[in-house]
Amino acid sequence: MARMTNLYDVSKCTACRGCQVACKDWNQLPAVIEPFTGNYQTHESTNGDTYTIIKFMEHEDPVDGIQWNFLKFNCMHCFDPACMDVCPQEAITQTEWGAVIKDYDKCIGCQYCTYACPFEIPKYRKREDIVTKCTLCYERVEEGLEPACARTCPTGALTFGERDQLLQVAEERVKFLRANGFPRATIYGKLELGGLNKLFVLTDTPDKFELPIDPKVPGQITFWQDWIQPYFGWLIPVALAGSAVSFVTTRILANKNGDHTEGGHE
Amino acid sequence: MGSNAAENHPISFKWLTEAREKRGAKIISVDPRFTRTSARSDLYCPLRSGTDIAFMGGMFNYILQNKLYHEEYVRWYTNATFIVKDSFGFEDGLFTGYDPEKRSYDQNQWAFETNEDGTYKKDMTMEDPRCVLQIMKKHYERYDIDLVCRITGTPKNKYLEVIEAYAATGAPDKTGTIMYAMGTTQHTVGTENVRSFAILQLLLGNIGRAGGGVNALRGESNVQGSTDWALLYHILPGYLETPQAKRDPDFETYCAVETPKTGYWVNKPKFIASLLKSWWMADDPAKSYNYIPKRIDGKHYEHIALFEAMYKEEIKGLFVWGSNPIVGGPNANKEQAALAKLDWMVAVDLWQTETSEFWSYKAVERPTDKDEYGIKTPEDIATEVFFLPACSSFEKEGTVSNSGRWMQYRWKSADPVGDSKADLEIVHKLGLKIKELYAGSSRVEDEPITHLTWDYGHGDHPDIDLIAREINGFTVVDGKPGPQVANFTKLMADGTTACSNWIYSGCYPADEYLSKRRDNVDTAPPGAKPIGSYLNWSWCWPVNRRIIYNRASATPEGQPWDTDRASIWWNGEKWIGNDIPDFGGTKDPNGPGGRNAFIMRPEEVGCIYSKRNEGPLPEHYEPWESPIKNLLNSQDLNPAVVIWEPEKQGQTDKYPIVGTTYRVSEHWQSGVMTRMQPWLAELMPNCFVEMSEELALEKDIKNGGKVIISTTRGDIEALACVTKRFKPFLIDGNYVHQVGVLWHFGFNGYAPDEPANRLTPHIGDANTMIPEYKAWLCDVRRA
Ligand code: SF4
Ligand code: SF4
Ligand code: SF4
Repeated sequence: MARMTNLYDVSKCTACRGCQVACKDWNQLPAVIEPFTGNYQTHESTNGDTYTIIKFMEHEDPVDGIQWNFLKFNCMHCFDPACMDVCPQEAITQTEWGAVIKDYDKCIGCQYCTYACPFEIPKYRKREDIVTKCTLCYERVEEGLEPACARTCPTGALTFGERDQLLQVAEERVKFLRANGFPRATIYGKLELGGLNKLFVLTDTPDKFELPIDPKVPGQITFWQDWIQPYFGWLIPVALAGSAVSFVTTRILANKNGDHTEGGHE
Repeated sequence: MGSNAAENHPISFKWLTEAREKRGAKIISVDPRFTRTSARSDLYCPLRSGTDIAFMGGMFNYILQNKLYHEEYVRWYTNATFIVKDSFGFEDGLFTGYDPEKRSYDQNQWAFETNEDGTYKKDMTMEDPRCVLQIMKKHYERYDIDLVCRITGTPKNKYLEVIEAYAATGAPDKTGTIMYAMGTTQHTVGTENVRSFAILQLLLGNIGRAGGGVNALRGESNVQGSTDWALLYHILPGYLETPQAKRDPDFETYCAVETPKTGYWVNKPKFIASLLKSWWMADDPAKSYNYIPKRIDGKHYEHIALFEAMYKEEIKGLFVWGSNPIVGGPNANKEQAALAKLDWMVAVDLWQTETSEFWSYKAVERPTDKDEYGIKTPEDIATEVFFLPACSSFEKEGTVSNSGRWMQYRWKSADPVGDSKADLEIVHKLGLKIKELYAGSSRVEDEPITHLTWDYGHGDHPDIDLIAREINGFTVVDGKPGPQVANFTKLMADGTTACSNWIYSGCYPADEYLSKRRDNVDTAPPGAKPIGSYLNWSWCWPVNRRIIYNRASATPEGQPWDTDRASIWWNGEKWIGNDIPDFGGTKDPNGPGGRNAFIMRPEEVGCIYSKRNEGPLPEHYEPWESPIKNLLNSQDLNPAVVIWEPEKQGQTDKYPIVGTTYRVSEHWQSGVMTRMQPWLAELMPNCFVEMSEELALEKDIKNGGKVIISTTRGDIEALACVTKRFKPFLIDGNYVHQVGVLWHFGFNGYAPDEPANRLTPHIGDANTMIPEYKAWLCDVRRA
């Protein structure tokens, strides 16, 4: 089956955040009302009840003047998902057409995927002890609908379709943008990490959108995947109960990022 | 310009994106700060709030000096050729005929010269120094680029880029459109701001053409409908003047005084007679005319005036219907105090609003504000308040009219919640109840009610179909509705037809209510390209014409200026094309009147020069509260505005910062609907004030920190949004700061905060009295 994906063209996005609300609506996620912190952006990143956010980034330089960049930030549905690889419960799977999805009945809230993801997408939802993220609306797609966010987008910034076709659209669009005032316009998601099932047309280099130019799966994760998981995967439930292995493995993973605040297991 | 379409009219922006992609359109964003619209524009150009006319005047000057206007268009379709009387003059900010006592003009001094037969004197070469084009050229000579930039604070290179890009649309085969919204209108010079857009579009030949126009982005989905239906004090449905007691004492006088001698409005008596007939079917219009309340000649009844009158206890009772003045009204503290002086108030809305609860503890508590009006506790308020729950747009049916004048039917998708009711139902029940209370009265003064025709079926729910037929109009047979008329050309002045709004006549000509049509195929005559008229989608007033004044889309000889976007054209016998011709479909372009493209005007041409209360040509005046003296003339303030509260004028010593208010995509108007939605509250949880990094540094304000904004009207607390997108303006050699506050907030809902309109003044435009929400003086400090 052909890969199906969202193409997100930042040059058309007005940051209306209709997609953000449509996602909450379709997934019936509660509002997470946090006080305004000085940026239009609602939350610093995704959270357990917010699978997608629009990031707002200001840049200024003498040549281009002010740039106000917007980015719809959510799961990239990697071709080779690190989150899936580390999941000890096999709660994360990939559909034939490329959506990386989670089975919340299997998820035990260990949060390894949150450390493994090169984009720091999945987030822990404490009240249910699970880790959540964008599902590429696979339930909708499998019924012949487009994802809720793409359905709602008023400007045509978000479209959904076969990845190969969208890639062509994206390439055309980048050509057009390069010729029309955006010399650094680029595609993102075509090759990164061996390919993402999520395509971006960017008007500038990825760093101007807080995207890693060369995303990498954290080193410890590779170590974990190659050496520990094959042998010790069965240990995880025990580890969570507080064994010495737990202490060691969680430390290794936690090294990657110290500021995961919503951690549940000590 | 004056609109932040991407944020406040997001769907409209989709079409700009499409125009850019398909036609290579360029988008220009002119705004005091860099917005989400600017982020998606090809060119961003800042200006200080309240300086639009200076900005436009500089454009006029450049276009006229460099002859970049669309000459043939201007010659034939505008009054640029008209000769102005000698009595017209202009000096140092004042036109002739000014009376400083009354703060008003004798506008007769600005009249055109006429020939003996009453026609206008013209100079088709447009070289006569008294012709409009030359007068205009002289008038705007003073608006040179450097001076304009000193006033507006616009960087000169950006300004020139804008002018050159936009003036290029003066080429005959090019068009440009201007989208404006409340950033243009909500000023003491709001009307002249809009007029300056119209003038620019006329100069460049951009009116009446596909891709042209001055596009008012309305504040609500049905604002067009509400003005068409006279939700303003000075008009009756269909833009007929409300009668004034002395000027229009009886029907005959009204028809004589209010009807122009030329242009399509000569038919006005037919429209008013049919309107009266729809209200009082059994009475002769000459009699029922007396049933309409007359306003006192020249008295103000606009929003500000009503609240001033309430404050003076001249008004005892109030219906607040889908409106939230405690959040949305200017000088909201005073407006709240005014409500407290009422005997009774009825509020109709989806939820309890700040206004319906203006008497509550949370409404009177003021953490930051001066308590000037003496309301300290709910006990200080004696007003009796009733609340009627209304249902939402999805829970009722009927039409809305968009800003393209399309009347589109909407079907109901869910039943109303609880006891809430459709507005129409509420009005209907009120109407029936009032009729019942007066039933049996034989008093003459009760006739307006006892004679009122109110036949919309049985039961609580009015029959919308009957209303729609009345809107279309019908022949009255034996005092009862007879066959529907085809359109307004069939209306009569003798009381034989009834029609509740002539401009909508034709929406229901026989058995089909055309507002329900949903055919999304865009057709064109054989051999021609469609232009997006979609003539079979819904219905558009007048007579399904999608672009008014479309005669101007063709050359004087009747051929399209641009074959790629041809609207209508003359085929030798008649006008054909992608739209309904704006005037006689068989009128020869070379025959008499065949080039009169603007049929609703008495002059039948577009008005570059037109009488407004402050003059016939827009002139720059500073806002009432301004950081500088007017550099163009010595009248600082628009000479024709009413000054309600002279003592409330803030000065730069205490209030050196320019303040403005605006909205964001995530909330809607006064926030009544959106602050009640958790998901929307999540997107914009607080009121914030945007300011430059420079100002924040000067005032030691942290991004996201609490600040207090104050004006002579009040103080509010908000959070700071310190941004690179706002820059100090270099105004006449000095830096002037500007800040912008969101006005969506009040004490209710999931995102409660203080209303920004506690800051804004009671002063309005000289023609419409629309409040000056957009440019005033304030100070900002860390809380
Ligand atoms: S972006 Fe992160 S969460 Fe999404 S598939 Fe890739 S690794 Fe998994
Ligand atoms: S694809 Fe579905 S789950 Fe993912 S961001 Fe869009 S709406 Fe949310
Ligand atoms: S709905 Fe579309 S335009 Fe709006 S923020 Fe999302 S991607 Fe951007």
